[in-house]
Amino acid sequence: MHIDIKAKEVKPIRHTYSHIARRFGEDRPATRYQEAVLDLQPVDNFHYRPTWQPDKELYDPTRTAITMEDWYKFLDPRQFYYGNYTMARAAQQASADKNFEFVEKRNLLALVPAAAKETIVDFIVPLRHYEWGANMNNYQICAMGYGASITSAAAMHGSDRLGNAQYITRIALALSDNDPAILDTGLSDWTDKDVWQGLRKVVEDSLVVDDWFELFVAQNLAMDGIVHELFFEHLEQKLNESGAATYSMLTEFIVNWKTEASRWVDSQIAIAVEENAANAALVKGWYKKWFEAAQRAVAPLADAAFDNGSEVMANVTRTLEVRAAKVGAAA
Amino acid sequence: MANRINMRDRYKHMTRLGWETSYQPMEKVFPYDRYEGIKVNDWNEWEDPFRMTMDSYWKYQGEKEKKLYAIMDAFSQSNGHLNISDARYVNALKLFLQGVSPLEYQAHRGFARQGRHFTGEGARVACQMQSLDELRHVQTQVHGMSQYNKFFDGFHEFPWWHDRVWYLSVPKSFFDDANSAGPFEFMVAIGFSFEYVLTNLLFVPFMSGAAYNGDMSTVTFGFSAQSDEARHMTLGLQAMQFMLEQHEDNVPIVQRWIDKWLWRGYKVLSLVSAMMDYMLPESPMSWKEAWEMYFEENGGALFNDLARYGITVPSYAEICAKEKDHLSHQVWGILYNHTAAAAMHTWVPDDAKMNWLSEKYPDTFDKYYRPRFEYWRDQEEAGNRYYSQTLPLVCQTCQIPMGFTEIEDPTLVAYRTTEYSGDKYHFCSDPCMKIFTDEPEKFCQAWMPPQQIFQGNCGGEGLPAVLEHYKFNLGADNMDYAGSPDETNWNKWKGLDGAGDGQVKAS
Repeated sequence: MHIDIKAKEVKPIRHTYSHIARRFGEDRPATRYQEAVLDLQPVDNFHYRPTWQPDKELYDPTRTAITMEDWYKFLDPRQFYYGNYTMARAAQQASADKNFEFVEKRNLLALVPAAAKETIVDFIVPLRHYEWGANMNNYQICAMGYGASITSAAAMHGSDRLGNAQYITRIALALSDNDPAILDTGLSDWTDKDVWQGLRKVVEDSLVVDDWFELFVAQNLAMDGIVHELFFEHLEQKLNESGAATYSMLTEFIVNWKTEASRWVDSQIAIAVEENAANAALVKGWYKKWFEAAQRAVAPLADAAFDNGSEVMANVTRTLEVRAAKVGAAA
Repeated sequence: MANRINMRDRYKHMTRLGWETSYQPMEKVFPYDRYEGIKVNDWNEWEDPFRMTMDSYWKYQGEKEKKLYAIMDAFSQSNGHLNISDARYVNALKLFLQGVSPLEYQAHRGFARQGRHFTGEGARVACQMQSLDELRHVQTQVHGMSQYNKFFDGFHEFPWWHDRVWYLSVPKSFFDDANSAGPFEFMVAIGFSFEYVLTNLLFVPFMSGAAYNGDMSTVTFGFSAQSDEARHMTLGLQAMQFMLEQHEDNVPIVQRWIDKWLWRGYKVLSLVSAMMDYMLPESPMSWKEAWEMYFEENGGALFNDLARYGITVPSYAEICAKEKDHLSHQVWGILYNHTAAAAMHTWVPDDAKMNWLSEKYPDTFDKYYRPRFEYWRDQEEAGNRYYSQTLPLVCQTCQIPMGFTEIEDPTLVAYRTTEYSGDKYHFCSDPCMKIFTDEPEKFCQAWMPPQQIFQGNCGGEGLPAVLEHYKFNLGADNMDYAGSPDETNWNKWKGLDGAGDGQVKAS
């Protein structure tokens, strides 16, 4: 049944903001996502040069070597603005919380075999610091990047990485019965233990990269493509097979996040590559450089964590190479 | 039985994730937080102002967003904009979207930069959360105003206008100044001076103005943003106390920044003073009352607390105290005269409003300002509504047209000038000139709208070319409220135009 609710009919004089209608070529309703990001960043007539980088404008497209006709081509396939982003993460964290509660209440981690526990301590706990580096790099992309669409998504991505580091911290504390020594060990492994030094060096090298899109390729595609694939796919599976299924309940957030976030990462890189040949060449060069560095850095960790480390590493890199080829980053 | 761990330690484990880098030097990883001269002995002494992990942040913020968007949806479905007191009120929202929301965006980027670049991890995490919050604020404001944009003029080109239109150079240059400063000055500028000391003078007037004038959408945003603002205030205060406690050499630097930024903020708020006293059909309080409550009383108590560090109230507080009787009237006068080049409407206050102003400003309104408005009203009635066709001289620091008077003589416009590098610079006041002479190499760079127009960088010569460059819909976005499409539409929707009973059927 159609109910006629009596209401005043007031006709709108326009359907969206004019800067958005210009992009559409007509005045029609825009989505929340579009209104939330398009043209939000100032572009002209800056008053003062930044004292921290006087050779640039406050917002400056030349902080990367890639060029774009329109920086708002960098749209997020997830269409995240703050509201739907926080609501999505709130639902995911509620599910993660339930898992932690379930595991902790029944003391299920006690059932994880000692060898598996040791693997988690040796290879997962130090990744807190890797995620922290990724947090810094994505906030750098937000701070130095150009255009509100890619930079706002980078801030969310950066906060996700802090979230990942915090979930790993919770796993560690759950394993150690809240003894923080487990975190100290993780830190000293990260800073001093030989097997981690290659990766730490790559992370530190990335922290001083000037070009923010190089940083995007380095961190979000090359480094994560290897590190997350190795530790949250292959090692995850190995732990499952060795009786640590409980552990997988605790990494659910990180594992699902990776799938979701990769859609954003891949699309941004594909957009830059498709824009022009110079971009494609730059992205390929950056990818190659960071892929090789990450691969070299992670190989000893794969060898230490797996009996068939080089085979696993070959699988990891193959997966990444396929992904990189798809987005046009592989040669 | 699990070992207990207290919240403070737990939070520490959740956020102290950094390490001393060795493959790259720390100075290269954190290149920006040393050049301002602030001395930090030990970042570990940073006290976390609020202890929120990401999961609880997502949870609380997600819940707030869900509620806020539900109300925004209901507002637009029920044409909530028809419930406001009067269409004149909408001009306050135009000013907000044009002048304030872009600053929220700038804050998002500024806090992101500090969230990456402070050496201390605790400071970084807190700044990152504020960066996200500021993104929230700009986006929810754009969404909230989206409904108004569909029915009123003066909203539809807000980012374009923010980069160009003369009066928006006031807020824009304010935030460009903060963002082009180093991270510590940024924290004093935005975190402390603006968020802690002055935010009540921006936020409360707009939000209570919304409540008084039936704007449920904006009121709901205001309530929803309150807990974010509380966190921001805590961060601003903590950042400043941290600097003061780390080294005594920091005190004079911080004092200079407080002096600079409270004045910079005060001048931006002069636009708010005009909004409060003139744009709101129903006024919750006058500018003067707000200044007394939020700056003189609350701010006074704050400075008493800060005295132990050797921090004093800026010397110009006395100027503000005298100026509070004049500020809003002078600014409204400027906007009234230049409203042909402004994306908002102005008008001569009606008798009821003038009587309210006389009551709120017994020492000044009838003496200095009422005669002026009555004269303008007479001119209007005679068909001579005045629109300035010339470009005002604007202050090199705050970028407001020269229209503020000498403190000792409210009939004499104040002018200050100084020379730098062979060029002459003009100022509206002593504190604005002092800010310039402290950093002339910075403030001589300012993008000055009138000069830019004269140089032909804004569309060409003459007002019509400039307005076209501004992308104004002439006669709709600008000019007096009387005769505007806003007025015509409002009267039609409300059945005030005598054309019908205003009851239209749904389809």
